[in-house]
Amino acid sequence: MSSGAGILVIGSGMAGYTLLREIRKLDSDVALTLICADSGDFYSKPMLSNALAANKTAEQLVTQPAAAITDSLNVKLFAHTRIEGIDSTARQVFSADQSWSYDALVLATGANPIRLPMAGDGADDMLSVNHLDDYRRFRQQLGNAGHVAIIGPGLIGCEFANDLVASGTQVSIIGPDAWPISTLLPEAGGRFLQQRLEAAGVTFFLGNSVESVNRATNGFDVALKNGDTLPCDLVLSAIGLRADSSLAESAGLDTGRGYRVDAYLQTNRDGIYALGDCAEVNGFNLPFIMPIMFAARALAKTLSGQASAVSYPAMPVAIKTPACPLVVAPPATHESNAWRVETSPFGVKALCYRDESLVGFALAGDAVSEKQALTRTLPAVF
Amino acid sequence: MKQWQCIVCGFIYDEAEGLPDEGIAPGTAWDDIPDDWLCPDCGVTKSDFEMVEI
Repeated sequence: MSSGAGILVIGSGMAGYTLLREIRKLDSDVALTLICADSGDFYSKPMLSNALAANKTAEQLVTQPAAAITDSLNVKLFAHTRIEGIDSTARQVFSADQSWSYDALVLATGANPIRLPMAGDGADDMLSVNHLDDYRRFRQQLGNAGHVAIIGPGLIGCEFANDLVASGTQVSIIGPDAWPISTLLPEAGGRFLQQRLEAAGVTFFLGNSVESVNRATNGFDVALKNGDTLPCDLVLSAIGLRADSSLAESAGLDTGRGYRVDAYLQTNRDGIYALGDCAEVNGFNLPFIMPIMFAARALAKTLSGQASAVSYPAMPVAIKTPACPLVVAPPATHESNAWRVETSPFGVKALCYRDESLVGFALAGDAVSEKQALTRTLPAVF
Repeated sequence: MKQWQCIVCGFIYDEAEGLPDEGIAPGTAWDDIPDDWLCPDCGVTKSDFEMVEI
């Protein structure tokens, strides 16, 4: 913290902006620079998957334009600028035609949708929505679409399915899983969600997969593994996210599921930190809002001269499927856990135990009312 | 009685209902919630990301 170059943040998502706000609360003088590949306008990514039913345009999702935040926080902004490399010895980052010095560098580059290779002349037309610009394209192409096919019955796929049917669009959702959101929900919870979404108008094709996507006279033909063909107007790919750790190589940064950082959010290189969806913190890549908040507050203290390790309490995740309220607190590991499940016509309460201790839960329907009480009994993540 | 929505995660605070689980009684106005309160769903602070009236 000596050259005066200050703190350089790459990425203007929730992680980058939260960190900048938290640093400014502690230090009104340190030089702050933000470099981002997009416009830098602030929006909430979780809102992308429930903005249709609320009839929000991409513009309406921007809660603060970049200039307004960077002015109020006294941050120097370089928007529409893609960083291509890091020189960790010289403490510089560079784009194709410019370079910047830093005392501390924070990588907050988020994650990108996973795209699997797909056959068919319509494969490249599949959309993924993980960014405001994606959402803008999605809205444009959605137009008056009557039927959307979603590949991937996970958290994001189910949220979009709910949002689309709530705004009057027919939805088919396809995946090899035996029940929706199978990575976070035990079977009873997944089945309950499936029934609620089916009642809302979603059609599931589970234990199935997409073989090809081809252009048709109107829209697309989606060919399924079981031989069925689904005609639809738009295909959404929602099979998951992968941390963007594309700057690792140039700086020799360790990666796992994201840039590997310790509890101080520090990578294996002095002065380089990572935060948010792009980071694997103490072995955990948790691409949700709450971990970002805890990590950003700790890192802001560290960068302001008061070394602070982040600790993650139990952080339940609310899944935005209004047809079926859902809250999950996944266990930290999947080994030797046992689920105990209570079902009623109105909800599912699934508790996950290891050695007689509660280590996670999944609540669906009216059982979500027990979230606070159960959260208090969960162990911290670390 | 008003409702307020977190601009980050969509959580809705209903003044009429309060958040009894967190010790916030039904009928508590948004202005009377402590400044160190965090959104129960996403953990953002009351001051950083304003709730909006809906």
